[in-house]
Amino acid sequence: MKSLGSFRRKFAPWNDPEAKPFIAIENVTKKFADFTAVDDLSLNIYNREFFALLGASGCGKSTLLRMLAGFEEPTAGRILLDGQDMRGIPPYKRPVNMMFQSYALFPHMTVEANIAFGLKQDGMNKADIDTRVAEMIKLVKLERFVKRKPHQLSGGQRQRVALARAVAKRPKVLLLDEPLGALDKKLREETQFELMDLQMKLGLTFVVVTHDQEEAMTMADRIAVMDKGKVMQVATPAEVYEAPNSKFVADFIGNVNMFEGMTENVANGKIEIAVAPDNMLIRTDATKTCSVGQPVGFAIRPEKIRISRKQPADATFNSAYGEMWDIAYFGDMTVFHVKLDSGRIIKAASLNAMRTVEDPFGYDDKVWINFDTDAGIVLTA
Amino acid sequence: MNTTWSRFNIASLVVGFAFLYLPIVLLVIYSFNESRLVTVWAGFSVKWYVSLFHNQSFIDAAWVTIRVGLFSATVATILGTLGALAMTRYTRFRGRLLFSAMIYAPLVMPEVITGLSMLLLFVAVGMDRGIWTITLAHITFSMCFVAVVVQSRLVTFDRSLEEAAMDLGATPVTTFFKVTLPVILPAVVSGWMLAFTLSLDDLVISSFTSGPGATTLPMRIYSQVRLGVTPEINAACTILIAIVTVGVIIASIANKQREVQRARDEQAAARN
Amino acid sequence: MQRLISSIASRLVIVVPYIWLLVFFLVPFFIVFKISLSEVAMAIPPYSPVFDLSAGWTAFKDSVSKFSWDNYIWLTQDPLYYRAYLSSLFIAGVSTVLTLLVGYPIAYGMARAPATVRPTLLMLVILPFWTSFLIRVYAWIGILKPEGLLNQFLMWAHVIDTPLNILNTNTAVFIGIVYSYLPFLVLPIYSALEKMDYSLVEAAEDLGCPPIAAFWKITFPLSLPGVIAGCFLVFIPAVGEFVIPDLLGGSQTLMIGKTLWNEFFSNRDWPVSSAVAVILLLLLVVPIVLFQRAEARAQESEK
Repeated sequence: MKSLGSFRRKFAPWNDPEAKPFIAIENVTKKFADFTAVDDLSLNIYNREFFALLGASGCGKSTLLRMLAGFEEPTAGRILLDGQDMRGIPPYKRPVNMMFQSYALFPHMTVEANIAFGLKQDGMNKADIDTRVAEMIKLVKLERFVKRKPHQLSGGQRQRVALARAVAKRPKVLLLDEPLGALDKKLREETQFELMDLQMKLGLTFVVVTHDQEEAMTMADRIAVMDKGKVMQVATPAEVYEAPNSKFVADFIGNVNMFEGMTENVANGKIEIAVAPDNMLIRTDATKTCSVGQPVGFAIRPEKIRISRKQPADATFNSAYGEMWDIAYFGDMTVFHVKLDSGRIIKAASLNAMRTVEDPFGYDDKVWINFDTDAGIVLTA
Repeated sequence: MNTTWSRFNIASLVVGFAFLYLPIVLLVIYSFNESRLVTVWAGFSVKWYVSLFHNQSFIDAAWVTIRVGLFSATVATILGTLGALAMTRYTRFRGRLLFSAMIYAPLVMPEVITGLSMLLLFVAVGMDRGIWTITLAHITFSMCFVAVVVQSRLVTFDRSLEEAAMDLGATPVTTFFKVTLPVILPAVVSGWMLAFTLSLDDLVISSFTSGPGATTLPMRIYSQVRLGVTPEINAACTILIAIVTVGVIIASIANKQREVQRARDEQAAARN
Repeated sequence: MQRLISSIASRLVIVVPYIWLLVFFLVPFFIVFKISLSEVAMAIPPYSPVFDLSAGWTAFKDSVSKFSWDNYIWLTQDPLYYRAYLSSLFIAGVSTVLTLLVGYPIAYGMARAPATVRPTLLMLVILPFWTSFLIRVYAWIGILKPEGLLNQFLMWAHVIDTPLNILNTNTAVFIGIVYSYLPFLVLPIYSALEKMDYSLVEAAEDLGCPPIAAFWKITFPLSLPGVIAGCFLVFIPAVGEFVIPDLLGGSQTLMIGKTLWNEFFSNRDWPVSSAVAVILLLLLVVPIVLFQRAEARAQESEK
C-alpha cells in the first residue's frame, strides 16, 4: 500500500476514535481590546504526543501557548487538561511547565539553583531535590557547569538548563516557546534530535510553538498550521507537506508551484484541469471530488517536476516548454527556474545525486518540464 | 561611532569640568588653611577639624542628620520601589494619572513649597515638630526619586523571568522576593543611596519641618554661613564631601568590577 | 488562600505609596490653600480660623464663611510681591538659557568622547550632584566676594585694578544657579546624544551637508527631548529657589522663594506665605504638567 512520506513511529492516537484527548481546547477565543489573537479555536492533543503549533508571527500560536500555561485566560471557550477544566487556575498551580523563548533563567542563581527552583516551590524535601537535580543535570549533560550562573554559559548550555528546569517537576505537559530560536543553525539541528530523544525517554506530552517549518516537520508527531488565530490544518508532517488541505497551507509549507484553472473532465479517478493563461492541460489523480467546470487550484512541489531537453513522449498533459531563467545551486540540490512562454516561472528541483553531470543545464537553454499524474494535488479552498 | 577627540570637544570638557570642580577643590584646600581669613593662605593646618570635633552643636547636628538619613532613606526605598512597581506593572488603574503626577511633581517642586505645605499639614493635625516630622518630610520627597530610579530599571526587566517563576509554582509574592527583587536590587540600592544623600543635603524642607532640638547639619551650617565664611564650615563641608565622594566612588568601582567580571565570564562562556 | 494573599499584595503595591503621597503630598496643598484664606492671629498656630475637624460640619461651614481673599488682594497691592514673581521668572529663564549654553557643549563633548572614558566622565558630572547643594553654593561665596579668590586672581593677572563687585548681585545668582543645576541639564542631553546613531551625521555629510549644518539639522533636533527635559529640570526649581538668592544675591535680588521664606520665618505671617506659595504653584502648574507628560512619554517609548 502506498502512503504519504515516512513514519516517525507507530503512534497515532488521533486516528483512534476511542482515544481520549489529553489536552482539549474547545472553541477558545482570546481578544486583546479589539484585536482577536485566537479565534474560536478547537484542538485535541493526545498523551505523549509531540505537537507543534506552526505559523508566522502574530498568528496567535504564542497566545494559545500562554493560555495553556495560564498566563492568559481565554475570553471564551475552555481548555481541559486530563479532563480538568483549567479556567481560573493560576499558572503556579497548573501541572504544566514552560520553556521560554528567552530561556528566562534566573540570572542571580546557579544552574543547580535554577533547576531546583520549581521543586522547592512544591515543598519537596532537600534530599529528594538533590537527587532530582542531579538526575536532570545528567540528563542534559551539564555536570561540569552546576555551580555556574547563566551569564557564564554559552547559548546552547543555557537552552539545556532551561529545558532541565522545565522538566524537573515532571509536568504533565511541557510547553516550549520557540525552543531553538536563539541557537545557530548547526546547534539547532543537533538539539532537535536531543529534544525528540528526551521526549521519548520522559514520556511527556510536548507542545512546541515555532515559526520554523523544518523544525516542526523534524520533531513533531503532528503539526497545527495556524493563521490569523485559526487552525488551518492539523496533520502529520508528511500529510501537511504532501496533502495540504488549502492553498494557504500548500503555500506556507515548503516551496510550491500553484496553478489556477478550470476542471474540464472528471472521470475514472482522474481530473483534467485547463490552465488557460499558460495554455497547459493538467491530468491528475482525483484527490478531491470535483464537478466539471469548477475553478480549482493545483499545487505541485518543485522536486516532483522533471526537466528535459527532449520533448516528453506524451506532451498533451502535464508538460510545458520554456527556457532556463535562473539556476540556484544549494550543494545537495539545485533549483531551476524555468520561464514558460506565457511568462510564468516554474520552480523545479533536482537532487545532486552524482558529483559530476554530463551536459548540465545553462541559462537560456530551451527545456521541457513535465510531471506524473500523482505528483500534485487539487485544491478547492 | 566617531570617537576621535576634536579640539572643541576637549576644550568644552576641560572648561566644563574646571567650572564644576574648581569651587569644591578651593573649598577643600582652604579648610586646611592656618589663617582664620578664608581667602589668605597662611600654611597647612588641621586645627579647624580639631575644633570642629570639639563643637558639640555640630556633633549633635551630625547625629540628627545621620539618624534622619538612615531611617528616611530606608522607608523611602520601600515606598519608592512599590511606587515604581505600581507604575510599571499596573498600566491601568483608577487614578493612575494622579499617581504618576504625584511621583514626578516632587522632583521639580520648589523646596519652599514642599517645606511649607508639609509643615502646615503637621500643624493641622497637631503633630509635634522635631526629628520625626523631618523624617516624614524626607521620606515623602525622596521616595519619588527612588521610584524614578527603580522604574527605569523595571522597564528593561524581562517579564518572562517572573512568568517562569510562576510557571514553576511560585506564587506572585514568592516570585517578587525570590526573583524580581534580587534582579532589580542594584537599582534599589542606588535608590537608597540617592535617598540618603538627598536627606543628608536637604536644608529648606528640614528648616520648615523641624522643631526645637532637631537641627540637622545643613541647618547648622546654614546658620553659621549667614554669619560669614569660616574655615570651620569649610572643614565641615569637606567632611561631608569626603563621605559622599568615597561612597559614590566605591559604589561605582564595585559596579565597574562587576561589569568587567561579567564581560570576562561571558567571553569565557562563548569560547567553551 | 495563596491567591487571596497575592491579590491583597498586588493591591498594596499600589495603595500604600498612593495613600502616602495623597496624605503627605496632595493634602498639604489643600491645607496651604485653606490657610492662605485665613487671617493672621497672635496665637499658636498663628492664623485663624483654625481648621478643626472635631467641631463638626456647622463649625466647618462657619469657618468657611470666615475665609477671605484679603491675602491675595494684598499680594496684588504690594508691588514687592508681583515684582518678586516676575523677577523670579526672569532670573530662572535667563539662568536656564545660560545653563544650556554651558551644559550642551559638555554633554556633546562627553557623548563624542571615546567609549572607554565615557563612564568616567559621566561619573564626574554626577559626583557634584551628590554633594550638598548648600556646600556648593557656599563655595562660591569665598570665590566671588570682593576680597575673594576671583578678584585676587584677576588683580594678580592685572586684568583689573579695583575688585569687581559680584557677590550680592544678580550675576552671582546666575552663576550660582548655572553651577548648581548644571548636572540636571547635562545628563538628559548626554543620554539623548549618546543614544543617537552617529552614522546619521555621517550620512548627512555624505549627502553633502557641512559639519555645522549637520549639527543643526541632525544632531540638535535629535537631542531636543533631552534639552527640553533638562530645561524643565532647571527652570521649575530655579523659580522657587531660596538658598542661592539668599546666600549669593543682594538686597535688591528679588526672588519669590526668598520672599516666602522671609514672610514665614521673619514676619511669621503664615497666611500670606501660604498665598505666596499658592500663586507660585499656579505659575508652575503649566511647566510641571508639561514636564510630567514629557517624562511619562519618554517612559512609554522605552517600554
